[in-house]
Amino acid sequence: MSLKSRDLIGIKELEPGDIELVLDTAAGFKDVLGRDIKKVPALRGRTVVNLFYEPSTRTRTSFELAAKRLSTDVINFSVSTSSVVKGETLRDTAMNIQALGADFIIVRHSCAGTAHFLAKNLNASVINAGDGTNEHPTQALLDLFTIKEAKGGISGLNVAIVGDVLHSRVAKSNIYALKKLGARVRLIGPPTLIPAYMKELGVELYTDMNEGLKDVDIIMMLRIQMERQGKGFFPSTDEYFRNWGLTSERISRAKKDVIVMHPGPMNRGVEISSDVADGRMSVILEQVTNGLAVRMAVLYLLSGVKA
Amino acid sequence: MKLLIKNGHVIDPSQGIDETADILIEDGKIKEISGRGEPAGGMKENESGMKTGERGVIDAGGLIVMPGLVDIHVHFREPGFEYKETIKSGAGAAIRGGITSVCCMPNTNPVNDNSSITQFILKKAAMEGICNIYPVGCITKGQKGRELAEMTMMHEAGCVAFSDDGRPVEDSLMMRRALEYSRVFDAPVISHCEDLMLAAGGVMNEGLLSVLLGLKGVPAQAEEIMVARDIALAELTGGRLHLAHVSTKGSVELIRAAKKRGVAAISAETCPHYFSITEEAVRGYNTNAKVNPPLRGREDLEAIKKGLADGTIDVIVTDHAPHHMDEKVREFDLAPPGISGLETSVGLSMKLVDEGVLTLKQLVEKMALNPAGIVGIRKGSIKPGYDADICIIDTEREYRVDAAGFSSKGRNTPFDKWDLKGKPVITICKGVVNELS
Repeated sequence: MSLKSRDLIGIKELEPGDIELVLDTAAGFKDVLGRDIKKVPALRGRTVVNLFYEPSTRTRTSFELAAKRLSTDVINFSVSTSSVVKGETLRDTAMNIQALGADFIIVRHSCAGTAHFLAKNLNASVINAGDGTNEHPTQALLDLFTIKEAKGGISGLNVAIVGDVLHSRVAKSNIYALKKLGARVRLIGPPTLIPAYMKELGVELYTDMNEGLKDVDIIMMLRIQMERQGKGFFPSTDEYFRNWGLTSERISRAKKDVIVMHPGPMNRGVEISSDVADGRMSVILEQVTNGLAVRMAVLYLLSGVKA
Repeated sequence: MKLLIKNGHVIDPSQGIDETADILIEDGKIKEISGRGEPAGGMKENESGMKTGERGVIDAGGLIVMPGLVDIHVHFREPGFEYKETIKSGAGAAIRGGITSVCCMPNTNPVNDNSSITQFILKKAAMEGICNIYPVGCITKGQKGRELAEMTMMHEAGCVAFSDDGRPVEDSLMMRRALEYSRVFDAPVISHCEDLMLAAGGVMNEGLLSVLLGLKGVPAQAEEIMVARDIALAELTGGRLHLAHVSTKGSVELIRAAKKRGVAAISAETCPHYFSITEEAVRGYNTNAKVNPPLRGREDLEAIKKGLADGTIDVIVTDHAPHHMDEKVREFDLAPPGISGLETSVGLSMKLVDEGVLTLKQLVEKMALNPAGIVGIRKGSIKPGYDADICIIDTEREYRVDAAGFSSKGRNTPFDKWDLKGKPVITICKGVVNELS
């Protein structure tokens, strides 16, 4: 089995069946990761380049480790020390990396559409590791994998996504993915960060946290980017936490078996209290573990190797 | 030297002509117009060696003959950005588009904010421009919005209008002063309506599609707030206000209401891209559809058409904004906004005639007569005594847009490979008959 496309640009471009395929394949790789010898030879001889124009710890490490577990050669292309600082364009940089024989280019960039742009210009498989405020598809896939593990399925679940949806590529990819697999999605947060027209995505909008969390199966918290402070999106982190911070008291309005997710990095005391982040409902670290299996599945499925 | 254009369907709203007629040109001026079959004394074909089929006679049978088109909003990029466009290449593109007079915006480098730059542009235009070129001067020094530029001196040097185009005059008091001061020399102040704080660095229309593409949106209100402000200031000052590149339904409604009140001298323009395509053209991160103001929604497009039809919008301009390919083949956020529009304007505008939005006569008003009147140039008409600037259009000619073949250096168009109907086939300007392939 393999994906129809050579690239993973976004969840928008995927069919529900594609998403299911990734999740099923990831389950197999998760088993591999539980063994003593965690490496398989599936993609031996292939080259993976991490092209990160934005800082990242977990996504880059996760992709690097996933690629290594599949026996590929991995190169981390560090933008600050490259010719990009000499003014090389994105297209030229990517063409040069391809000329070195890269089979996969995993790209993160602050501009939306970057992965789309590279996929159009390159023969290598392009994987979007986050493009501006557009999408972060592997994060959504690993989130769905985590939900499926906890709940057995996606369809019919009530999912609350809380916080800065406007600027969150994680939220966008999750909305698309959850909708495609039949979940109901609500967005909770200040209207400055969840503009009214987002309703057209087929989601419900809430400004009241207590109301929004009522009877949900899943709570996905988003990171409040500290640089948003002072830009008029909300008056202070104190007030933000007071209105939309996730506390154990607030969780009581959700279903009893609710799970709490966060893509990281967390701002404890800003969007989530420590007791919740570290509490029994939290699957935040499982998300990180599952990310590895999901990224292995994505690399594998895009490689065109027959299973 | 004499030239006879015979058998054409002549449309000249300035004289109420909309019929088959012959036009005699002598020494680069319109000499005479008359109906077929009754040529006046000066129009006999055998005079001065002019016979059908020879150079001195153009048989315009089956074609529309109209005044050379007037585009009061173009960017020719010279001085400073000659790699994008020059006065020479821009003028060539204008002629290809049936346009014989253009007003070039002052956001060059250096900007046209003093008479020596104006003189430079006019000198280059005289030497290299095959169409008529009228500079637009800056409203404020350096387009910085803080102090008025030397508008009278620029006007005397040849500027026909004033604008900080590319940027709004953000300070309302400065805009008030500009509108007041412009009454000294009676030239319009052209407003680029954009509330920069509200636009907040957005790169496309705000709405569902901007969310789906992850691109930062600009709400229609960023334009409309400034349209409303400038209308209020025009009413306050009595200055002549011309609103550039109107793109939203709300703007059309504001202008319509203001014109109805009749309290201020207001005119408005739009561009073919605002009545031909919507924000949907941005899908796929198409940087050739990145333009400022951004392409809007379907309702806006319909409102623009309605505004053209009922006279709310007086003028069709191109806002011709050529860019180098290297600047457009990149991240959408980082690509400069702008469309190279001179060579597709007639074809796209002719769709309005086909759809019944405008009559051909109205089209000529909006693309020749009205713009000439707004900037106060003796163009847009083929009255006897006027310069022989003429555009001849084959309204039945079907063709495919080929950006690679543009005369403009800017191939940045969302209309490449579009099939259009209606094409300028001959443009006459400065005594030269340009036959267009």
